[in-house]
Amino acid sequence: MASITFIEHDGTEHAVEIEPGKSLMQTAIDNGVPGIDADCGGECACGTCHVIVEGKWISTTGSASEDELQMLDLTPERDDNSRLACQINTSEAMDGMVARLPEFQM
Amino acid sequence: MTRKCIIIGASHAAAQLTISLRQEGWDGEILVIGDESHLPYHRPPLSKAFLSGEKTVETLSIRPAALYKKNNVQFLQGRVTAINRNKKTLTLRTNQGGVDELSYNKLALCTGARVRQVKLPGCELNGIHYLRDLADAESIKSKIAEGQRAVIVGGGYIGLETAASLRKLGMEVSVLEMAPRILQRVTAPEVSEFFHRMHTEHGVRIYTNSAVAGFVGNGYVNKVVLANGTELPAHLVIVGVGVVPNTELAEAAGLKVKDGIVVDDHCVTSDINIVAAGDCTNQFSKLYDRRVRLESVPNATAQAKSAAASLCSFHKFCDTLPWFWSDQYDLKLQIAGLSHGYDEVVIRGDQFSGRSFAAFYLKEGQLIAVDCVNRPQEFMFSKKAITEKAHIKPERLADDSVPVKDLIFDTERNTQ
Ligand SMILES: Cc1cc2nc3c(=O)[nH]c(=O)nc-3n(C[C@H](O)[C@H](O)[C@H](O)COP(=O)(O)OP(=O)(O)OC[C@H]3O[C@@H](n4cnc5c(N)ncnc54)[C@H](O)[C@@H]3O)c2cc1C
Ligand code: FES
Repeated sequence: MASITFIEHDGTEHAVEIEPGKSLMQTAIDNGVPGIDADCGGECACGTCHVIVEGKWISTTGSASEDELQMLDLTPERDDNSRLACQINTSEAMDGMVARLPEFQM
Repeated sequence: MTRKCIIIGASHAAAQLTISLRQEGWDGEILVIGDESHLPYHRPPLSKAFLSGEKTVETLSIRPAALYKKNNVQFLQGRVTAINRNKKTLTLRTNQGGVDELSYNKLALCTGARVRQVKLPGCELNGIHYLRDLADAESIKSKIAEGQRAVIVGGGYIGLETAASLRKLGMEVSVLEMAPRILQRVTAPEVSEFFHRMHTEHGVRIYTNSAVAGFVGNGYVNKVVLANGTELPAHLVIVGVGVVPNTELAEAAGLKVKDGIVVDDHCVTSDINIVAAGDCTNQFSKLYDRRVRLESVPNATAQAKSAAASLCSFHKFCDTLPWFWSDQYDLKLQIAGLSHGYDEVVIRGDQFSGRSFAAFYLKEGQLIAVDCVNRPQEFMFSKKAITEKAHIKPERLADDSVPVKDLIFDTERNTQ
């Protein structure tokens, strides 16, 4: 099974199966991963699905739109590899990917 | 014996509550009773991407059935008709007409709100719709036909979103607003003017100062009559004139109700074994120093988290910043805070000819709310600044050449 691991702020790990085409946010929500609120249901409107994609995996996630970058810009736990999970479409190429969750969603 | 938590209502608040209860360590039974035939689904798309056909029913679920199953959450379709707090039981009327009595240890009221109905001549005609649930949206969808006329009664967010969606599908759309301007209840005149212009540019006809006197038709509506006598032909009418909270059940059970079910900072009602969350509640907002009843998804989820903690005897203070979003055409509106009571509006950007600007609402110099159109950065900035009760110089806010990031350094904290 191709999987992605979400790591909560306190270190708790959640390995979940990739269903290609589903957004990274939906993948977390559907598997009950805590730490992603996704208030707007994936409209890039709330900024509560912030994840930090680890290292080399960032290249598999595609690039962020201008809107997404602006939403992320003022996020307190902003990192170079910060993304909004609802804007990432998962694929088999992400097998093994690690995404860290911030302590707080804005 | 295992403990049992019953949740009444199966929508945004309930969905979050079930997940949060397990996260907080509730190991007893969880039963959700709702009167709709679906698992909890996202309501916002009903007037947006679902209505316009960009989203299907399958994509609306808040959480998949498998996750509820994994968390051992049961669902039951039916309507709760009474709560007996002394016996800790409730009366359930199932869809088949049967009546049941169920016991609970803890109870959560997530009964939400229902649409306000208009009582006007002809209001019972076919073709007159409201929009609150999936069944409503599906029956509206079945009547959408290119080139035919839709009349929308009420120029609030839901009415305007519906107008945009129907327009996209090629209907001739008119919006009737009783007040002198659309969105009057919720935004500054500048923002109303902007949306008026946008809808007009997209071919929607907006009639302000236009009260509806009644509907005419022969079994099926074909005309809407205004108070001034004007008649508008209509194939489809959608009424969006606000909602009323579902509080009757709580009231009959003797819980404190005042424009919503009254809850404390931890979403507990006047009975310590009963919590409430979502559109049905009325809670004190520290930030705004008054009681508020909010109608939004973020509020329903935040309150549900706090309510879940209370049910597990933890305390999760609930005083999150109210916020809301709306999509119309290519316009993404993001609203943070409550603008009620503002004494100054500052516009950043050009609301007269552009498609992107922010309207900041100040009260005695303090930022209390913002409406952002295609301005995500200003929105995120404001969420933080409002919570921090920031005072920002209006000249700086209005100056689009000052990067949003730098506005942060301008904030003077409220020193009181
Ligand atoms: C078309 C539309 C667009 C919207 N757009 C947005 C948006 O863009 N952003 C946003 O933040 N919010 C939006 N909202 C508002 C948002 O949907 C509500 O705030 C949210 O649904 C509230 O959730 P809730 O769980 O409190 O209650 P509700 O969603 O109202 O659900 C309550 C449920 O409880 C059931 N129920 C009530 N009483 C009983 C009983 N006695 N027995 C059994 N079942 C019962 C009801 O039938 C209902 O299914 C929109 C709403 C609509 C209708
Ligand atoms: S879910 Fe709201 S921005 Fe991603």
